[in-house]
Amino acid sequence: MKKGIITVIGKDKVGIIGKVCILLSENNVNILDISQTILQDYFNMLMIVDLDGNAISYNELVNKLEECGKNLGVQIKIQHEDIFTCMHRV
Amino acid sequence: MISHLEILETNKMIQEENLDIRTITMGIDLMDTATDNIDKLCNKIYDKIGFEAEKLVQTADDVALKYAIPIVNKRIAITPIALVAASTKSDSYVKIAKTLDKVSQEVGVNFIGGYSALVDKGYSESSKILIKSLPEALSETDRVCASVNVGSTRTGINMDVVHELGYRIKEIAKLTERRESIGCAKFVVFCNAPDDNPFMAGAFHGVGQSDTVIHVGVSGPGVVKRALMNVKGASFEQMCECIKRTSFKMTRAGQMIAQEVANNLNIPFGIIDLSLAPTPAIGDSVAEILEEMGLESAGAHGSTLALAILNDSVKKGGVMASSRVGGLSGAFIPVSEDHAMIKAAESGLLTLDKLEAMTCVCSVGLDMIAIPGDTPSSTISAIIGDEMAIGMINGKTTAVRIIPAVGKSVGDYVEFGGLLGQAPIMSVHKASAEKLMQRGGRIPAPIHSFKN
Repeated sequence: MKKGIITVIGKDKVGIIGKVCILLSENNVNILDISQTILQDYFNMLMIVDLDGNAISYNELVNKLEECGKNLGVQIKIQHEDIFTCMHRV
Repeated sequence: MISHLEILETNKMIQEENLDIRTITMGIDLMDTATDNIDKLCNKIYDKIGFEAEKLVQTADDVALKYAIPIVNKRIAITPIALVAASTKSDSYVKIAKTLDKVSQEVGVNFIGGYSALVDKGYSESSKILIKSLPEALSETDRVCASVNVGSTRTGINMDVVHELGYRIKEIAKLTERRESIGCAKFVVFCNAPDDNPFMAGAFHGVGQSDTVIHVGVSGPGVVKRALMNVKGASFEQMCECIKRTSFKMTRAGQMIAQEVANNLNIPFGIIDLSLAPTPAIGDSVAEILEEMGLESAGAHGSTLALAILNDSVKKGGVMASSRVGGLSGAFIPVSEDHAMIKAAESGLLTLDKLEAMTCVCSVGLDMIAIPGDTPSSTISAIIGDEMAIGMINGKTTAVRIIPAVGKSVGDYVEFGGLLGQAPIMSVHKASAEKLMQRGGRIPAPIHSFKN
């Protein structure tokens, strides 16, 4: 399974998780795990998603998430999980 | 499973500490384009590069997006033109340089390296033509980078060429006078040139390699500096360990990206060059690392020691992370591209002599150094000679990329802009080396070349 990691960082407000989840479900991206913390008013969310069944191309998904982040005033990033495993595991 | 802290650490490296893939360089063999007619040769080169590199930029950009890590430069390295063009018997290769410039612009790469000659043992007719045409070629193109390998530990140094290059470098400076003598920033003189280095201006595609290949250069001085901030006051062992760990992570990221670009293009992956290469941006500086290690400024006594530790630890971390480490791998110390180096040079703390000492332990050599425009060509040859001797005797790569800025003297600046930055004019010794340089001939191979 190809997994993606979505990170959302920014000022907390109503509806961040909701908006991101709707966007993902509209594009058939399954969420495998979610966790979030608030650090000094800053919203910090990590999502692990399944990138095998997405209805749109990966590049389109990147753009949509970026746009969604702009509307919410937060930074949203998606990355393939391999970059983390290769850097942090011998 | 990857922890949240690890995810945040990687993203912080990329976003705040300037971890990036500095360059993906496609090596292209041009030997099969050789022909006896220069126009025909230009057409064949144009077609081959255009065909091979057509998808390079797009593929690299897609992979960058997939992992959200920037790939700053996409470049091409080709077989040294002095070899490719030899059978044309043409009296100038400027036409080829222009072809390279045109095709690299069309495929979207920012530099193409390999307008080069290898003359460490002898000076072939074709190499003579190439070197003679350097000033014109570099002044009439924007993206073409040139290099000449004048020496090696196995063969000694070709002093005839070193002598001539003093003149040629001044000619390049003169012909690009109106653009701050920028032509010299695209020309490197090497000893022990690696044939798989992805970094410019010295990249070329050596003769022992495959038809096409993808090399990658990873960088991130800021990441190392930030990591060192966590071991303030700790022992040397702890400091080395910290650099090694950081360089391991950076190399791994680079290797994965390059491997994927290579797979997507269906061509072999060559080497990963882990070189801490600064850019003029604050926080992306090698001199800042030296300062973080405990020096008041780069150039202070102790700079050579600090740089040696940095270079060695970077290599150790890189070698552990990948079995494909190659190229130059280490730390670059280009003056004009590193804001803290510029500051140290301005204040007089960093001199040409200290830089020369530092090149004994860094990955390359005297890089992006501006000197007064009226410096005699024999002095430029002598600076090259010193640096080549360091490389030859110590079995390492050394290089000189020096800019005798026309009409400028100590206290002035050259401003290249972009990644090339700006450089204060540094003073050179006034005493002449004219008679030494005029001797001509070759320096015999050093004693430790006889290893068989």
